[in-house]
Amino acid sequence: MTEKQPLDRQTMANRIAMEFQDGWVVNLGIGIPTLCSNFVHVDKEIVYQAENGVVNYGPMAMDGEEDLWLVNAGGQYVLPQPGMATMDHADSFALIRSGYVDVTVLGAYEVAANGDFANWRVHGRKGGGIGGAMDLAVSAKNVYVIMDHTTRDGQARLVERCALPLTAVSVVKLIATNYGLVEVTPSGFVLKEIAPGYEPAEVQALTGAPMAISPDLREFQVAS
Amino acid sequence: MRNKLFDTFDAAVADIPDGASIMFSGFAGPGTPRYLIEALHRQGAKGIHAISNTPGRWGDSSLVDLSLLVQDRRVAKVSAAFTAATHPSAKLPFTDLYEAGEVEAELMPQGTLAERIRAAGAGIAGFYTPAGVGTEIAEGKEVRTFDGRVYLLELPLPADYAFIHANKADDIGNLQFRLTQRNFGPIMARAAKITIVELDEPIVEAGDLDPDSIHTPSIFVDRMVVIPADAPKEVKNQR
Repeated sequence: MTEKQPLDRQTMANRIAMEFQDGWVVNLGIGIPTLCSNFVHVDKEIVYQAENGVVNYGPMAMDGEEDLWLVNAGGQYVLPQPGMATMDHADSFALIRSGYVDVTVLGAYEVAANGDFANWRVHGRKGGGIGGAMDLAVSAKNVYVIMDHTTRDGQARLVERCALPLTAVSVVKLIATNYGLVEVTPSGFVLKEIAPGYEPAEVQALTGAPMAISPDLREFQVAS
Repeated sequence: MRNKLFDTFDAAVADIPDGASIMFSGFAGPGTPRYLIEALHRQGAKGIHAISNTPGRWGDSSLVDLSLLVQDRRVAKVSAAFTAATHPSAKLPFTDLYEAGEVEAELMPQGTLAERIRAAGAGIAGFYTPAGVGTEIAEGKEVRTFDGRVYLLELPLPADYAFIHANKADDIGNLQFRLTQRNFGPIMARAAKITIVELDEPIVEAGDLDPDSIHTPSIFVDRMVVIPADAPKEVKNQR
């Protein structure tokens, strides 16, 4: 009997990272998405791009290794590596808007069954943090989201329609949550993989929109 | 040839009037013109329209940035990609003032901010971008379809001054940046009437920098100050 266990952040990030294909240009959002770069790709080369003007940067810098002038989009120190290139902000977003980014992985507050998502303003606040998310979301070939399945109060984050102001319309294709891997299809959410020990009905009950169960549903799996 | 080199940060910002629009380079630390910001804080100008990726970071960071001016109510308006921290639990000094209605903000996607600055320094009257279509950002903006794709009209964003942190310059003002220090520097230098630069390294003579390795040509640079060797140094950010 498998022990019932929601997925931790690194496991969610690892599962999304497994979707990256050889040679993909990958942009990681602030928060859990940056953990995707910890996943070790055995037979693929991944090109990490950050909107603050760096492409092909290396892994996170350890204490003492930091170069104070080299950070990723989350402001974390990263290491240079052969092939790295830097550019100004206009060139960086030219690269993004012209479609060279294969996938952007973002955090979100809500994702709707039609692929709309909201990630820049919380309820009851004025303003917010848009950052590069709106540019990335309409330009990257694939938009993946990593987020908790519910709010801390247990409210669904996978919803019929977003209640929060949108970041972009109809762009999200895949969501990793602490309860599973959900694909966003033309007919809505489809549960593809599920956290160990959980029943599909339990995950459905935490979801704010109809969710189909994939005929190939399997336990959430991360290659190690 | 006009001498662009100033002895002190205070002298380089002395004439900035109340109500000036000022661009501030920098992204999460690298490129932040901290010594110019401190000098403007001493100088006392208020009613500033600040154009920057963020309105400064949260209070416990030891990095000096735009929040120094924000906290002392020197900033009347910010044009930025953030008015709040990315994580709702981390509060920016700006956010409280903004929510209290004491300061204005024009919030926009970061790529739109960069391109509006670029356009202002490129003689371009406006451009259409797909970022923000179908969101609050689109409200009140011209929407136009090209080749089946929907775009928003965005207009240039110029400024009176730009404060920039670069790595190295020659004595006529050709600039080089290091790694992700470059970010908004080159586009802000072109978009502002007067560009003021703080430099990591001592000035070299014209001819000592490889012309093919200059990121910002001297004609976009008006004033320069070299960061003294004994100045408080950049610190690791607190994230």
